[in-house]
Amino acid sequence: MTTTYDYKTRTSYTEDVARQKAAHKVLLRHPFEPSLPVRGYTNRTLHIDHSTLKVTEKQVTQQMKDIFIGGRGFGLWYLWNAVKPTTKWNDPENEIVISPGPLAGNTAYAGSGKSLVVTLSPLTGIPIDSNVGGYFGPLMKFCGYDALEIQGKAQRDVVVVIDGPKKTITIEEAPEENYDSHIAAEVFMHEYADDEKDFVNVSVVSAGKGADHSRIGCLNFSWYDPKRGAARLKQAGRGGIGRVFRDKKLKALVVHGFKLKPDMNQAADFKRTTAVGRVLAKEIHDFDDQQCKMRKIGTAHLVEIMDAYDLLPVHNFQYGQHKDTHKIASPVWEKRFTQGIFDGCWYGCHMACAKGADCHRVKTGPYKGHLVTVDGPEYETAAGLGSNCGIFDPDWILESNFYCDTYGIDTISYGTCCAFAMECFERGILNLERTGGLDLTWGNAEAHVEMLHQMARGQGFGVIVGQGVKYMQEYFAAQGWGDLQFMRDFGMQVKGLEYSQYQSKESLAQQGGYALTNKGPQHDEAWLIFMDMVNNQIPTFEDKAEALHYFPLFRTWFGLMGLCKLPWNDIEPEDNAKHGKDAAKVPDHVYNYTELYAGITGQEATIDDFLRMSEGVYNFQRVFNLRMGVGGRKSDWPPYRSMGPLTVEEYESRAERYDKQLKELIGVDPEGKTTEEKIALHRAWREDRYNKLCDAVYRRRGWTNNAIPTLETLRKFKIDFPEVVEVVKPYLEDGEK
Amino acid sequence: MTVPLNSEFRIPNPGTIIVNGEPMPWKDGMTVADVLKIRNYIFRMLVVQVNGELVKRGTYDQAKIPDGANVEVIHMISGG
Ligand code: SF4
Repeated sequence: MTTTYDYKTRTSYTEDVARQKAAHKVLLRHPFEPSLPVRGYTNRTLHIDHSTLKVTEKQVTQQMKDIFIGGRGFGLWYLWNAVKPTTKWNDPENEIVISPGPLAGNTAYAGSGKSLVVTLSPLTGIPIDSNVGGYFGPLMKFCGYDALEIQGKAQRDVVVVIDGPKKTITIEEAPEENYDSHIAAEVFMHEYADDEKDFVNVSVVSAGKGADHSRIGCLNFSWYDPKRGAARLKQAGRGGIGRVFRDKKLKALVVHGFKLKPDMNQAADFKRTTAVGRVLAKEIHDFDDQQCKMRKIGTAHLVEIMDAYDLLPVHNFQYGQHKDTHKIASPVWEKRFTQGIFDGCWYGCHMACAKGADCHRVKTGPYKGHLVTVDGPEYETAAGLGSNCGIFDPDWILESNFYCDTYGIDTISYGTCCAFAMECFERGILNLERTGGLDLTWGNAEAHVEMLHQMARGQGFGVIVGQGVKYMQEYFAAQGWGDLQFMRDFGMQVKGLEYSQYQSKESLAQQGGYALTNKGPQHDEAWLIFMDMVNNQIPTFEDKAEALHYFPLFRTWFGLMGLCKLPWNDIEPEDNAKHGKDAAKVPDHVYNYTELYAGITGQEATIDDFLRMSEGVYNFQRVFNLRMGVGGRKSDWPPYRSMGPLTVEEYESRAERYDKQLKELIGVDPEGKTTEEKIALHRAWREDRYNKLCDAVYRRRGWTNNAIPTLETLRKFKIDFPEVVEVVKPYLEDGEK
Repeated sequence: MTVPLNSEFRIPNPGTIIVNGEPMPWKDGMTVADVLKIRNYIFRMLVVQVNGELVKRGTYDQAKIPDGANVEVIHMISGG
């Protein structure tokens, strides 16, 4: 496609940078000595309390590396030590921990620039972990730190700056800057870069005004895109981390790092990393256009695929297809995304899927008329802000995508929250009076975006929506507006976190893939729908349990290392099919990861070693949940909407399928039965199957029948520290100890 | 090309093939591409096996399926 607009043109926000910077008041200037990692680890981390103005360095012990590995593991370990069982998300002791992991920052292998962010979530009260691109983590690591803990709560807005070349860490009051992220990323980049050439060495973490008032706030991590001349954004989206950030009165975290050179991780055997990196780069070059077209469309290529398989969430996950899907399908996005420029969210990522829609003229709100670059939409955003809310207009999806990002609102949670509110409106639980005049009919994109503006202003019904589905369920019931159980059946949350955007009704394994997660229903633990529902590869409960063991652990490993999962299986070698049924694991790429790991850390490892690394951290996180009061089988129970047809309309829309299942799988003749009776039969059968799945999964994971890791499991992964054992003991029967 | 029938595989019913564990009516001259079309399998990252034998990508519209065949269309995990 030919670009007919100038993708470098956008509204600039930097005219006033000098005055804004001059208004800073430096509260603390702390000297430090930068250092490079050796074999992937710098072996020290940074703790900053920005309210008491204390900066401390901590040593990374061998035990910490052996058990918690890095990334998400380091985040969980530090958070565990920072909080008490009674700590709430908005207590000063809650931390935001950012850790890039030992393989992060390498430029040899695509997808190696991720940071993992961990905090106590305002939505769930338990640890959330989020995997995010952008340059912050790697640049921080190359200044000398494997992780950053931010603790405390300031009186006034501050910016925390780690400046490698200047060898200082500063905490500065920053009263003037607009902190909506598309502005904050650009302005702070200008404030702390030495000159234009230095922009690439600055990364800014921020959350906008929506995160001031909404528990679904996200963090934006910036990276400079020299071709566009723009600060771009990637999101640590899930779980409300942006809300915690703003509650701490953080306006921005800034890292000013060093000019990148090859092998800044000081790998044990750099050649091993480049050898596998070259193989992958060639595969991407040769096959991406025939496979997922990630370089042209990013994950938005999935929109029409999910629709074709009845998996695209429509109208709050009631249905899996819609006649208008073609209006938001990949050809539309291919035209909107500027083509032919490199969209990698870290150096060396040839997948380059961080697509940008340039020259979007903002239609509403404080930036009406501005010309902006919208980062995305990715599949989840197109489905969440689009089909799930009945919106099939790409311009409006871009509008809400832009405002979600700049206001610091998670597009996935917002999509699911909004879809829930819209269904409440359709069912009479809400009306114009209760929404303050907002007409939440399916497809009303203007109301959809207006709620975002309300969140940013801290006024109106949008603020209630921004507290999450769980909050809305309880609030609406308390007002006497609706039946709590019914709202629990169609409100798509588990543990307080909103579902991401896949329909799981016909895949029992994916129902588990969502609800049996540690943090709540995010697909980054396990996406098993094709394997289960389409391929019919894992028919028994034990097969599904095995998949729900392998995939969550393998995918956890990416979060320990600082890697992106997309280059694992959104591109495959030409002869991947030779692996037959194991092809879904992309064994040749798993081999690449063993080479990459050994090349950087100097330690040989097999896939079993990777799974073992993950399993320790995974079990630790499960116990952490329990410590915060969330656990047991009941906490893994999904809303019925995710398991089967809840309403007459849902049943009748796919009556042939459901009647057939009644006859062939449940053994009941549907003839002469009312739809309500058939729904009840399905529900009993599906809930029973889910319970049996839980039994099999808990057994496979080494947990009790009530989802508690046994002492034997804790010992196996060397996480049987006294304080960990203390947490699980009261839940174990004598025979389980 | 006709994919050979695997001797270990038993024919379920004449005029029927099994696709990912489910029966589907068979027609003379039916190809892998026909099966993908009928099932609306539009995803591109597929591994197709007929009676346990791999069918190469790019040959789906020539790969004939024998009556009673067991067809496995394995979709890779993507996105997610
Ligand atoms: S595959 Fe996409 S999201 Fe992952 S690192 Fe590369 S550009 Fe970023």
